[in-house]
Amino acid sequence: MAQATSSPPEPLAEAAAPARRSYSADAAGLGRLRAGVFVAPALLLIAAFLVFPALWVLYLGLTNYRLTGLAAAEPRFVGPDNFLGAVSNPAFWNSTWLTVQFVLGSAVIGQVVLGFTIAWLLRDRRGPLRRLVEGLVILAWILPSAIVSFLWVALLDRDGGTLNALLGLPGFAWLLDHPMLSIIVFNTWRGTAFSMMLYGAALGNVPPSHLESARLAGASGRQQLRDVVFPHIRGHILTNLLLISLWTFNDFGPFLITAGGPDGKSEILAVHVYKVALQGGELGYGAAVSTVILLINLVVAVFYLRLLRSGR
Amino acid sequence: MTPRFVLGRIGFSTLIAVLLAFFTIPLLWLATAPFTSDPTYEVRMPDFTWENFQAVVEHPYALPSLYNSLVLSVGTAALVVVLAALAAYALSRVRLPGRDALLYALLLLSSIITGTAAMVPLFQLAVELNLIDSQLGLILILSGGLLPAAIFMLKDFMDSTPKSYEESARVFGASPLQIVWHVVTPLVRPGLATIAVWSVANVWGNFLMPYLLLSDVEKQPAAVITYTLYTEGGQANLRMLSTFGLLYSIPVVLMYLFVSKKYGFRFHGGIKR
Amino acid sequence: MAAIELRGLTKVYPGGVKALDGLDLEIPDGEFFALLGPSGCGKTTLLRTIAGLETATGGAVVIGGRDVTAVQPGGRDVAMVFQDYALFPHMDVTDNIAYPLRIKKVAKRARRDKAVEVGARLGLDQLMDRRPGQLSGGQQQRVALARVMATQAQAFLFDEPLSNLDARLRLEARTFLKKLQRELGVTTVFVTHDQAEALAMADRMAVMEAGHIRQIGTPAEVFQRPANTFVAGFIGSTPMNLLDGAVRGDTLEVAGCKVAVPASAEGRLTDGEKIVYGVRPEYMSYSAEPVEGALSGKVAIVENLGASHLVTLDVAETIVQAVVPEGSEPLVGDDGYALPRRDRALVYRDGELV
Repeated sequence: MAQATSSPPEPLAEAAAPARRSYSADAAGLGRLRAGVFVAPALLLIAAFLVFPALWVLYLGLTNYRLTGLAAAEPRFVGPDNFLGAVSNPAFWNSTWLTVQFVLGSAVIGQVVLGFTIAWLLRDRRGPLRRLVEGLVILAWILPSAIVSFLWVALLDRDGGTLNALLGLPGFAWLLDHPMLSIIVFNTWRGTAFSMMLYGAALGNVPPSHLESARLAGASGRQQLRDVVFPHIRGHILTNLLLISLWTFNDFGPFLITAGGPDGKSEILAVHVYKVALQGGELGYGAAVSTVILLINLVVAVFYLRLLRSGR
Repeated sequence: MTPRFVLGRIGFSTLIAVLLAFFTIPLLWLATAPFTSDPTYEVRMPDFTWENFQAVVEHPYALPSLYNSLVLSVGTAALVVVLAALAAYALSRVRLPGRDALLYALLLLSSIITGTAAMVPLFQLAVELNLIDSQLGLILILSGGLLPAAIFMLKDFMDSTPKSYEESARVFGASPLQIVWHVVTPLVRPGLATIAVWSVANVWGNFLMPYLLLSDVEKQPAAVITYTLYTEGGQANLRMLSTFGLLYSIPVVLMYLFVSKKYGFRFHGGIKR
Repeated sequence: MAAIELRGLTKVYPGGVKALDGLDLEIPDGEFFALLGPSGCGKTTLLRTIAGLETATGGAVVIGGRDVTAVQPGGRDVAMVFQDYALFPHMDVTDNIAYPLRIKKVAKRARRDKAVEVGARLGLDQLMDRRPGQLSGGQQQRVALARVMATQAQAFLFDEPLSNLDARLRLEARTFLKKLQRELGVTTVFVTHDQAEALAMADRMAVMEAGHIRQIGTPAEVFQRPANTFVAGFIGSTPMNLLDGAVRGDTLEVAGCKVAVPASAEGRLTDGEKIVYGVRPEYMSYSAEPVEGALSGKVAIVENLGASHLVTLDVAETIVQAVVPEGSEPLVGDDGYALPRRDRALVYRDGELV
């Protein structure tokens, strides 16, 4: 039988409305105030050294600020002059075009194709061969940029470099005659590890039963690739492409090999900004170009995040 | 053994051999030159001498620059770990207003505002704030850059840590700060260690920021000194570059081996800059 | 005094979901009380609200005569064992058990001694230096119990204490827990979704559904006289037969058969009204020969339950189940007659017991 609730209500110890929440219900009882205090220092640092510069650069781009001289002491507001200057500056367009080549060549084609190829070739192997190949590829990625840059300078040296020794082309000046090719191949070498790992993981997730069904139906390796593998990893390909394009677009590394030379023949945007703003002292103009870079980053990042949210 | 099978095998082996060659050859110089008495750009069998290492020790800026790299890496890692842990915990457990928008913004920020995009305003900001040539200033700037991703990764980690430990301690009467110290911190140690190693790896090889913001050569980390060794003063100092380069590279390799052995290499998009 | 009382307790989540709806409950001091119900009924929310981990939207929680509705979880003098035990992995068993005393600022020596004492009582003396990761499930549970015992709180709260143990261990742990609670005499509330567990362990229990309490009573009461069809269907390892029927004079017509009016419902029924007739398979006597007042049909399935059999009869368009002792099980296809016990059969009107 249902138990009757008896006892008349006793005088309550706390007379105030007992239903009012007087403490925080999160797991440790931290409460909003303390949580705010926990988050504040990190946010402060981020605001000061990440957000503020990003906003500041927008303002800087509208001034004629320079590192030295009159304009350093009294910068004037020049409105869109810097942006117009950039648009009409052939050096700017040259850098942009070179950067496009750099991203397409070393990231979109180079790293993706090479990364996928290695992942595909090694997909069924677990032994020392796989570890060796992966180890070397990853080594190329984790060694400090200054070191690998010099290793390639040494490799491509016209007189003593190993490449010329192997190809039997003494005196061939790779860095002088083919600077873009050099940095594209270099960046492919450097960055393949990420794509290789990503595709390796993605391929591991393709159900073996699907591949076996295709094989039993008579599909060749290439057909299996096209009909079973690609549909499964399509999403991964896109996110991979976006990420490494973003990173490559912002990569300052080629500066360490060619410093933008000779004569600006490998002056990608990152190096261009450095040269113009920090070597040449034109901070205002440099800020305008930086703004362009930021905007491009923004577009790619938003696109990537939107893809992540819908896909995952 | 059909001909097709044999051809396939030959094709595979050739391809693998080419790939191995592609990834090994540039590295060979780093393995041979430090041990060669008079190194050139050629890759030769070394005659196993220690003279080069002695030259490194005697060079006035070489070893100190390794120390500077250490200071920058460890300093940044310490700051990032502490600040990111506090923020990640608060964001994970407490429903702060605008939390989701904040997290989305952090993710965006970490991808958009790179060294390249921000070099101009950061440089100018450092000039204005008198932080040029300050290692502390550099640590602050580097931390600011790493924090968004670190917070995101740590929050992810904390979200997957069950709340029952904290709630259990709470019912036993522990105060929030006691709970954070007694219970939460030991629990998330693996996550903190991962972020620490990730931070060190990012700062150890970082060239652009110290190059821009430190002018005194005695404060420069190894990344910049390496560059100086082959761009300044006419001839590149191959003896120093090879040997110092090897010394500079070894710590990151060791760290990677350690991390992958202990935790398995877990991949987070955006981990390496 | 450590009785627990709930008055009009309500919990509404942001978004409007009502987890608890005006609950009233009284648990006297020293009782072993079960909160039983299917997933989502609010039993764990209720436990957590008593502990203080969830804040009540309305109503009051009174523990030991003190209104603790607005008091922090740490200040209510209750101790809780979580479903996953929540043993701190970086502390050894002794430190785990001693942790509540550490919060109370007991000196290190004193609290470790107390921990060892409590641990010994539960047979943990050989394990005091181990880490939780080195213990079996049963051992972890005992450490969690030792930890709450060390607090000497007024009331214990257990969230699904047995669900993390494997089946064999669970039965042993049931007996162990009941014995322990009896010895300690501390008011204990535990949550379970397993009705057999609740019946076996509890002194009294509350059966919950969708934020409401459907019945409060002793296991015997809840088993023999469930207050409504929800409780009737939920309690019992073999489901109760709940059959639609109607009143016909001084008998009932149920599933096409004529059965006697149960003793409890005598004089309370109106001729012609629709009712639901409830009788447990265990409270039927089975016969292969026709019997008056029995539910009859053809044997469809015979299930072996060990020392007895569960016989399923196809009756009219529904089924009737009866438990048959070993040795008298019928064959599929036979005619069967299941006579319900008059003192154990029940009648439900609009879902409520008559």
